Amino acid sequence: MITLEKVSFTYRSGQRALQDIDLNLEGGDFIAIMGENGAGKTTLAKHLNGLLKPSQGRVLVDGDDTRKVSVARLSRKVGLVFQNPDHLLFSETVKDEVAFGLKNFGFAPEVVHNQVIRTLEALGLSEYAETSPFLLSGGERKRVALAAILATEPDYLILDEPTIGQDYQQKERLRNFILQLYSQGKAVVMITHDVEFVAESNPKVILLSQGRIVAQGPADSVLSKDELVKKASLVRPQMSRLFGELTKYGLPSDVVDVHRARILLEEKLSEAKVRVAQNS
Amino acid sequence: MSLRTLEGFKFSTLKTPVHLLDPRTKFLIVIAVLVPALLFANIYVMIALLLSQLPLLLVGKVARRWALSLRAGVFLSGLIFVVNLFTGSYLSAIALTLRFLVLLTSFSLFFMTTSPDDLGLALDRIGAVRWLSRRWLGYPNALSFTFTTAVRLVPTLAVDAQTVVDAQRSRGLELDKGNLLKRVRNYIPILIPLLLIAIRRSLELAEALESRGFPGKEGRTSLFQLKLRPADYAIIALSLAMIAVSFWVYFHYKIPVL
Repeated sequence: MITLEKVSFTYRSGQRALQDIDLNLEGGDFIAIMGENGAGKTTLAKHLNGLLKPSQGRVLVDGDDTRKVSVARLSRKVGLVFQNPDHLLFSETVKDEVAFGLKNFGFAPEVVHNQVIRTLEALGLSEYAETSPFLLSGGERKRVALAAILATEPDYLILDEPTIGQDYQQKERLRNFILQLYSQGKAVVMITHDVEFVAESNPKVILLSQGRIVAQGPADSVLSKDELVKKASLVRPQMSRLFGELTKYGLPSDVVDVHRARILLEEKLSEAKVRVAQNS
Repeated sequence: MSLRTLEGFKFSTLKTPVHLLDPRTKFLIVIAVLVPALLFANIYVMIALLLSQLPLLLVGKVARRWALSLRAGVFLSGLIFVVNLFTGSYLSAIALTLRFLVLLTSFSLFFMTTSPDDLGLALDRIGAVRWLSRRWLGYPNALSFTFTTAVRLVPTLAVDAQTVVDAQRSRGLELDKGNLLKRVRNYIPILIPLLLIAIRRSLELAEALESRGFPGKEGRTSLFQLKLRPADYAIIALSLAMIAVSFWVYFHYKIPVL
């Protein structure tokens, strides 16, 4: 379990990035952190594996205070995937890139080999195993970066803007992948601006604004509230905007995902069909 | 450590009298300090030159950052001192170490109080720079632009460097682990992404510039014009006098180390 207790953080420049953040993260959790640019999302993520230490309060990873344990040790449990893959790719082949973290953590060569092959397969990158990561497209590089972290099988996975530059099919794959991970008992935290992606995945949403948590709860209740969403410089997902206009037909306003929308609309339409049949 | 060293050369956006001086004036100050510092290896001269820059550091409100750059220079100063101990007397070693600090201070003062924009404008007004630029690159203001861009990219690259270090540490890289050879090798995962980011960024910059019509035609004017004010003239006169006196003394007297 990762616990943040009254965490505040001020950069050396004097900029206050986080204020009084309380947060619990357990296996099986799926959390989306959303908020405007500069709200403190990435700063928060960097606290989870000890890259940044809180100015006030403390962060505990499985009981260890991040101030007392090295980043390398924390990173075995907490995998942080950075937003821009160009900040971490450096190897000659995709295979080597994915193996880097495993080697750093001291796994035996055959474990490294098996783990690399398994991870590349899971992310649909097997055909690029011997390719240079720099020859890949932006979206593919991003997946290599994800594979590099996933290969070490962290208990907590933190993804910074995972959907940027991914086409819809890849996003769908990513969603299934995340679903698989947290149903296996891992914790997944996703930092994103992508409301539609969040709406469809229905995680717990934490809205961050100016370094403070302004709202948290299930995606459908948070993302369907105009005043909350505006605070975080977002817009409501399309389904929510549609259902917001349909309340006069007795439909609920907190619908954000296609699946629930379909069920509700089907009900309404078949009722209407029955009524038409009765009238004629 | 290495990143903090750069702080001492980074421009600070303040509006102090020192910042408002014309960049050409400030560069002349650098030369006026450089000339006596290089002509004489005398301890008193060095101390005087160091002290003469203090008021400018204080008025320019950059004294604290200057202290940072000094702290970074401690290692090099030590090296210079030790090397010169072997080749000369301890007095000349002190003088040469002080000379290094004088040079460090004057350049640090110049870069901390001169915005890259002003520097570019000033360079663009220098005939020799325009001539060279036309010879090498085909356009009169391409060279000064290159220089300004290089200066400007330093802080951006520093931020990138920090992110790369963070990203690799998150993958279990421990920079200060292992023997000397291992430690040097530890920097490969830092340097390669950084190099590629720099290359990629310069290609993007080139395309962005081209799509906006860079470098334009010969008679390009600029939005901001540099203008020398009375304070500039006074300092220019003082600096020129200092340079002249330095040369005069150099050719007429022999100045000992102490």
